[in-house]
Amino acid sequence: MEMISKFRDKDIVKRLLDNIYKESKADKIYNIMEVCGTHTMSVSRFGIRGLLPKNIRLISGPGCPVCVTAQGEIDMIFDLLKHNDVIVAVYGDLMKVPGSDGRNLLELKAEGKDIRVVISPLDVLKLKNEQKKDIVFVSIGFETTNPATAGLIDTIVSQNLNGFYVLMLNKTMPEIIDVLLDDNELDVDGFLCPGHVSVITGESLYLPIIKRDKAAVITGFEPVDILYSVLEIIRQINSKNFYIKNNYGRVVNSLGNEKANKLVDKYFELADSMWRGIGVIKNSGLKIRKQYKYLDASERFGLRPSDKSEIDGCKCGEVLKGKILPNMCGLFGLACSPENPVGPCMVSSEGACAAYYKYEI
Amino acid sequence: MISTTMKLGGGGKATNDFIKNYIIKYFGNVYLNELRDASKLMINGNISFTTDSFVVKPEFFPGGDIGKLAVYGTCNDLAVSGAKPKFLSLSLIVSEGYSLEKLDKILNSIKHAVEEIDVKIVCGDTKVVERSEEPSIFINTTGIGELAVDLNNYNKINIGDKVIITSDIARHGLAVLSERNELNVDTEIISDCCNLYKIFEHVGYDGIKFARDATRGGVAAVLNEIKEHCNKGFLIEEDRMPIEESVKYLCEFLGFDMLEIANEGVAVLICENDRADEIVLKLKELEIAKNASVVGEVTDCEKVLLKNIYGGLRVVEMPDGNLLPRIC
Repeated sequence: MEMISKFRDKDIVKRLLDNIYKESKADKIYNIMEVCGTHTMSVSRFGIRGLLPKNIRLISGPGCPVCVTAQGEIDMIFDLLKHNDVIVAVYGDLMKVPGSDGRNLLELKAEGKDIRVVISPLDVLKLKNEQKKDIVFVSIGFETTNPATAGLIDTIVSQNLNGFYVLMLNKTMPEIIDVLLDDNELDVDGFLCPGHVSVITGESLYLPIIKRDKAAVITGFEPVDILYSVLEIIRQINSKNFYIKNNYGRVVNSLGNEKANKLVDKYFELADSMWRGIGVIKNSGLKIRKQYKYLDASERFGLRPSDKSEIDGCKCGEVLKGKILPNMCGLFGLACSPENPVGPCMVSSEGACAAYYKYEI
Repeated sequence: MISTTMKLGGGGKATNDFIKNYIIKYFGNVYLNELRDASKLMINGNISFTTDSFVVKPEFFPGGDIGKLAVYGTCNDLAVSGAKPKFLSLSLIVSEGYSLEKLDKILNSIKHAVEEIDVKIVCGDTKVVERSEEPSIFINTTGIGELAVDLNNYNKINIGDKVIITSDIARHGLAVLSERNELNVDTEIISDCCNLYKIFEHVGYDGIKFARDATRGGVAAVLNEIKEHCNKGFLIEEDRMPIEESVKYLCEFLGFDMLEIANEGVAVLICENDRADEIVLKLKELEIAKNASVVGEVTDCEKVLLKNIYGGLRVVEMPDGNLLPRIC
């Protein structure tokens, strides 16, 4: 706790803000993308946007795992529940995400479907299962949570457990960063790189960013972390000297977590993946390796993602690519709110729209 | 294990024995002992009247249980309305198979709570329902109190009035979640479940314009509710919000907003500007309000805003009713 409070210190925040005001050039607009959803939430929750000079724009990127999950993938969970008497274990954020028919998992649970919220994949093994039903863990996430799902599969395999399956909707970061960098319409000067993801991947993931003359700073989630990294990005942009800076060294090792990566490699291989509002990106997701296919819920229950597109008017894709601010979507705050969400960006605790709706003035 | 069966709620000998051996044993008083169809009560002047149902699971949690909650919850609603709790009804809905030992423990807890508050249970009901899953218990209490002063009049709230939170926040919700093993972390967080009438007994009503207890939906829900009705807003300050460090960091770890977590022993008081500090000093003399703090004030902006320690502002929205932990 003491460690965290240091990163919230009022005086350090003030000094950083003073430096940001001093070093940023008034006649230049600095576009900085926070790739990670937890950064987006921190920025909004700590009111950081309002503390920065107006010409420093923090733009939310595609870093919320729920938000990037395509409608067709979400519908697979609903199909699974519709046609099978199983226990479905999900992370809390998924409970409010609507399927194509507008209903969410909270409503399905109220109708009697057996849906359980878990905090960690390993919690799945502790679920009460009096009816001896098959248990399906819906796995979503990026590099941060991928090893935890691999850990679940590792336990199932090594202990020879029966009746557990995994529905893999996981995605990976490198390819989406390439998509952003290749997008000519996207005007970003630097990236606040995701702290949690970097713990697993290490620093090399961000090489393509600096090769395109954009700043890449690995950042923690406290106000001091974020402001220090914004200042670093301003300095790199001003000096035109771009390099990967690890400002989250207290947690992120430059080479990442080798053990976690090995575990992921053992059970998963790269696969094409559908991103909400963006479409299919080659090799941007994970699937269970052939050898362990018998644990794959999509095989066991014959699930395939439909190519259903997002609900009309939903601009989650544009928000995820940083092309519009959440409040520029026509549905924002009107047809789409946390109580009645149209897209997952409004639902997830890491979602950009939810962050704007919930916290921004 | 002796457990409840359908005959306990059937209205015959078993019901009569239960009333005699449990209800009268624990709650007997001059009104209840007559076992009339309806109790004859005497109340002078205006009354406050409220009801609440309690369905908390698990029924025992650190710092309390469903019985204690059923008494405090309803009596606290009376207290923050400006009334002294006088009479309660007690209705039990128990599923068959529910342990009589646990029921006895809950009734004993209710007995202690009503004695502490000095409120009398004057009527009630017991129903046994068929067991569908794990045997469970639900409790409804309805309360009548003598109204001393109306603390629920939105028209009394003015711009510049101060907002006081009477105790540290977010303990009850986290205590219940941790007891359900939903947090997957070991905590020693104890519910703040307590009798809020003590506050008014000790501090009186002078200078207090409005009060509400911050139960489900926490402080965020209460301030938003008041905002809706009085067409004014609130500016509250994060570093003045009383909260235990361990509770605060657990909220952050799980992705919960501390302002949205349920409390059972926290009142939000809206006070005259120049009386607020004096009221807080007096509140701090009580164990249940030792962490009381002026956290902000009423504004004209028709929003609930939170100022963080850096001066940054954010909106505090009405919670949507679901506490769901985040992914990472």
